[in-house]
Amino acid sequence: MDKKYGVYICTGCGIGDALDMKELCDVPEEEGFPVKTHPFLCGKEGVELLKTDIKDGTNTLLIGACSRRVNFDVFRFDGCIVDRVNLREQVVWSHPRSEFPALTEEQKGDEEHFDRVQMLAEDYLKMGMAKVGKIDLPEPYKPDTFTRKILVIGGGITGISAAIDAAKAGYEVTIVEKEAHIGGYAAKVRKQLPIEDPYEELIPPVIQAKIDELEKYSDITVRTNTVVARIAGQPGEFTVTLKKPGEKIEFDVPFPLPEEMKLDENGKDLDVEKQHEVYLEYNKGRADILTIDPSGEAFGAVILAAGWRPYEPEGDEFAHLGLGSLPDVVTNCQFEEMAANGKIMRPSDGREAKSVVFVQSPGKGDDDSDFEYAGSVTSLVSLKQAKYVREDYEDGKAYIFYQHMRTPGLAENFYKSIQQDEGIFLTKGEVVSVSKNGEGMIVEADNTLLGEKISVKADMVVLATGMVPATVDDPVVNLAYRQGPSFRDIGLFDGFCDSNFICFPYETQRTGIYAAGGIRRSMTMEESIEDATGAALKAIQCIESVDRGVSVHPRSGDMSFPDFFFQRCTQCKRCTDECPFGALDDDEKGTPKPNPARCRRCGTCMGACPERIIGFADYNIDSVGSMVKAVGVPSEDDYDEPPFRILGLVCENDAYPALDMAGLNRLSFSADVRFIPVRCLGSVNVIWIKDALSQGMDGVFLLGCKHGDDYQCHFVKGSELADVRMKKIGEALTSLALEEERVTQFEVAIDDCHKLPKMINDFVEEVEGLGPNPFKGF
Amino acid sequence: MAENSGSILVVGGGISGLTTALEAAETGYEVFLVEKNPYLGGRVSQLNQYFPKLCPPSCGLEINFRRIKDNPKIKVLTLAEVEEVHGKPGNYDATIKISPRYVNENCTCCGDCENVCETEIPSEFNFGMNKIRGAFLPFDMAFPSRYVISPQIIGTEDAKRCKAACKYDAIDLDMAAKTINLKVGAVVWATGWEPYDAAKIDNLGFARYPNIITNMMMERLASPSGPTSGKIIRPSDDKEPESIAFVQCAGSRDENHLPYCSYICCMASLKQTTYIRECYPDAKVYIFYIDVRAPGQRYEKFYKKIKADENVILIKGKVAEVEEAENGNITVVAENAVTGEKIRQEAEMVVLATGMQPTAAAKKLPADLRYNADGFVINDFEKGGMFAAGCANKPADVVSSNQNATGMALKAIQTLRN
Repeated sequence: MDKKYGVYICTGCGIGDALDMKELCDVPEEEGFPVKTHPFLCGKEGVELLKTDIKDGTNTLLIGACSRRVNFDVFRFDGCIVDRVNLREQVVWSHPRSEFPALTEEQKGDEEHFDRVQMLAEDYLKMGMAKVGKIDLPEPYKPDTFTRKILVIGGGITGISAAIDAAKAGYEVTIVEKEAHIGGYAAKVRKQLPIEDPYEELIPPVIQAKIDELEKYSDITVRTNTVVARIAGQPGEFTVTLKKPGEKIEFDVPFPLPEEMKLDENGKDLDVEKQHEVYLEYNKGRADILTIDPSGEAFGAVILAAGWRPYEPEGDEFAHLGLGSLPDVVTNCQFEEMAANGKIMRPSDGREAKSVVFVQSPGKGDDDSDFEYAGSVTSLVSLKQAKYVREDYEDGKAYIFYQHMRTPGLAENFYKSIQQDEGIFLTKGEVVSVSKNGEGMIVEADNTLLGEKISVKADMVVLATGMVPATVDDPVVNLAYRQGPSFRDIGLFDGFCDSNFICFPYETQRTGIYAAGGIRRSMTMEESIEDATGAALKAIQCIESVDRGVSVHPRSGDMSFPDFFFQRCTQCKRCTDECPFGALDDDEKGTPKPNPARCRRCGTCMGACPERIIGFADYNIDSVGSMVKAVGVPSEDDYDEPPFRILGLVCENDAYPALDMAGLNRLSFSADVRFIPVRCLGSVNVIWIKDALSQGMDGVFLLGCKHGDDYQCHFVKGSELADVRMKKIGEALTSLALEEERVTQFEVAIDDCHKLPKMINDFVEEVEGLGPNPFKGF
Repeated sequence: MAENSGSILVVGGGISGLTTALEAAETGYEVFLVEKNPYLGGRVSQLNQYFPKLCPPSCGLEINFRRIKDNPKIKVLTLAEVEEVHGKPGNYDATIKISPRYVNENCTCCGDCENVCETEIPSEFNFGMNKIRGAFLPFDMAFPSRYVISPQIIGTEDAKRCKAACKYDAIDLDMAAKTINLKVGAVVWATGWEPYDAAKIDNLGFARYPNIITNMMMERLASPSGPTSGKIIRPSDDKEPESIAFVQCAGSRDENHLPYCSYICCMASLKQTTYIRECYPDAKVYIFYIDVRAPGQRYEKFYKKIKADENVILIKGKVAEVEEAENGNITVVAENAVTGEKIRQEAEMVVLATGMQPTAAAKKLPADLRYNADGFVINDFEKGGMFAAGCANKPADVVSSNQNATGMALKAIQTLRN
């Protein structure tokens, strides 16, 4: 696009009062950019002014006014490049004239005095001008082929519900189920917990009704005895190879080399060629991930509903509860199976089990936790199974020992209804032992509500063990991705495929693949059915976003995507390794193959690339680099004691709004810092820092989100990767005889605006203590 | 994809409503998001942090607000209440009343009106713990970022002063309520919840003794943008409390008040324990509970971490009564359910873990909906068309509300597609 520029400066909200507008306007004018000012640019008249110019051909607008976080809709002009220069929140509001006085007439032009705030505003304007010169309007990416079909992995209650919900919205669905029948665990229970108001009575399993409903949809295909060998490609055009369970086929997904196999006998890294050789040997018989299965099936998105399996106790883990040694001690799943098959009988001798003790917590020492992989579902299942005892025997008795009865929300109603049953005894208590007593057993518990120590005679004991997600044993999705076949992040959640975001429960590091049900968290059927609907929506939304050529969350609607200048690629693989979403698959040489529909547009690849060959139409190495270079760095040639210049690269999701809030609250901080918002700290390329320092800037800091297990980075790894890069840059600085302390990274949360001024000022002070950058003026 | 027919009305701009609206709009549907407050974000905008990550809710809200900014398919109406909805699935008429903000789109958030306004009114957002001016921005990160003139100053000199101070002609004191009509294909009710009125729990002394506060008040006290700028101090004398007692199930699991469990209060108190322990390394925290409802791997881990703190004492026992001492301290009286002994624990401040009551408990929603005995909307998926999302449907935490709200976006879309 042929750019026709226009710079527009608002003088409202204190901007015109604090700044010398004439001098400010001189900045773009000297560069040949037409400039206009308006006292109220976001008002009707101001916007008209812009529209008139757009009509006359202006298509690249630089708006010097308030933060881009506000008046977003007012200054949106389709087909135009619009960039905002934040003169309000980050210049005049955070640098009041009471603290940063303007120059008097006498002071102007001497070599002793300078106006820090005016310099700040002028720099931001220059930076904006540099940026709009380097960016283009993004054009959407459309994959070569496209399908709206949805793959559901798992034919249990979650998978079936998801399939029905997607079909109801008009989407074709294929369910794959590894067993011979669909229905999953839901088809194996005697009764199930209530799923609707008044949440009081057990109900017959709903699964058959769901299966019947499923059969009404001609758009749903069910493939039993089938598992996923591999999923290749990207949302909108996944190529999926299905197979029989246990089969070994060419399109089984290759696995990445385990770390220990990347080393030679001396523990040193194998060289690239050798590593590749070992990799090929390790995956012999399996086609490379980039080989597309010609008979694979096309899908647009995937719902992972592969569910869970019963917890398998390790060794004599629950020996104190008699599990393993006493045949009449069983887990809740074993008990359910017995109950589904008929009347409850003692496994040891087939006699009636009229007194059953349910144990909610394994009770070791003062640990009052439930069993591993438990949830409120395991509390509820104990209550349910207690009811079975009462159904089977008029004089039956059930005892539930719990540490915490976990029946949150409306599930409390069911708990209360169970409390009404005079044959069910509920007490807090720590079960200390289960032992044989004649033909039955004795269960001893401490610290109960019924007395300090009590003993109960039991025909059977049932342990409320947890639900282990299928992904603990197997990747299930078998992604033909260079980063490996599994869902990521599951290490944080003991193998569950959960999202780490409270606000965004369906977030996934594998775009287009959404988990639901027991694979995500231990859930009841009611919760699983509900969860399935949400996952179905996300799958549909991803497909529609691919069709529009836009990103999904969190940069929803973004049309830009990374572009690679492959001629200069050195096959270092960093982009492939570091992408939080596994969007890149390198070939055998190491050249990355982008999958734009998997990409979330964070720019981590751009930050990782040492050759700087990755960029977006509207955000790239050059656009930010030019902003850095546009910062004026005064030297002793200009002033007797020139001010320091410090660059702040700030995450636009959290740190930038926090800076704006500092401005809104009129909190002031050093005027010698120049901020540049970045999509994510992961997108920060060290060249920007080197550029800043080599042009004489005195220090650089990054402001971004918390990392670690409770990471707040919206792109998962961005701030963590930046932290690693900053640590490495320290060595490079030392080699340039620059102090490592000149570059640092701070973690800020979005509500930290009150902490920011001190954080910024302390860093500025520290850098001032180091003295000016020796490269200044060269 | 077949042609979209009609649009979706989402009632309530809290986290559930925002989620439903955004998820539907990003799938390609037109959405009207109607919120009765002058800002979006609802209850979560009042929270300091989320459990178990201890991250600020404004972080997710900011992303959601940005999603709205980037998506012309969502139309947001604030200070707007649905007066009536009738019709059938695929074809509803909604009447919406929009109350005057007295500030128009010219507002630049410069704050000049606030600076000249002399009238102070109790801050509803901060549960009356401080006062704000009659011209105010609901909170720093409010969306829309636009001032509000309180109806309380309309007709006063103060209002005129505000108007005179505005350089942008943004204050319109003659603004009147108006009614608009929308034709929509589906309606999602995300009308959320109210904290249960603690004053109704007579034996727990709220509103009688100043040093007894609710858990929602604690959120505001701990918030850096709250009435004390994040300092947790007790109301009677601004003392930094050395001991705090949490009373769980204040109203919840109680046939005289809320018969159900409010889902979030156990986790919320554990979370608030971290606020206190962070501020005051020597402070003691006593938590009186019936059951600690921290189900699942993630919550249990959090509970274990809090429990390991030797300054945190968990007591299984329901609090029967409270007494105030002369120095303002509160003695909490409970029976230890395990040992049977009567406990009298003095604390400098008491937090009542009050529960949630659906907004519809006080006043039914203006549409043909079914409710349970407590005012939660029962969803009728067979009938379709109208659905409740989040805590309008059942007590839930933020994660579950958002899961539910995401699903309700699809239920609404299904209605439009059929």
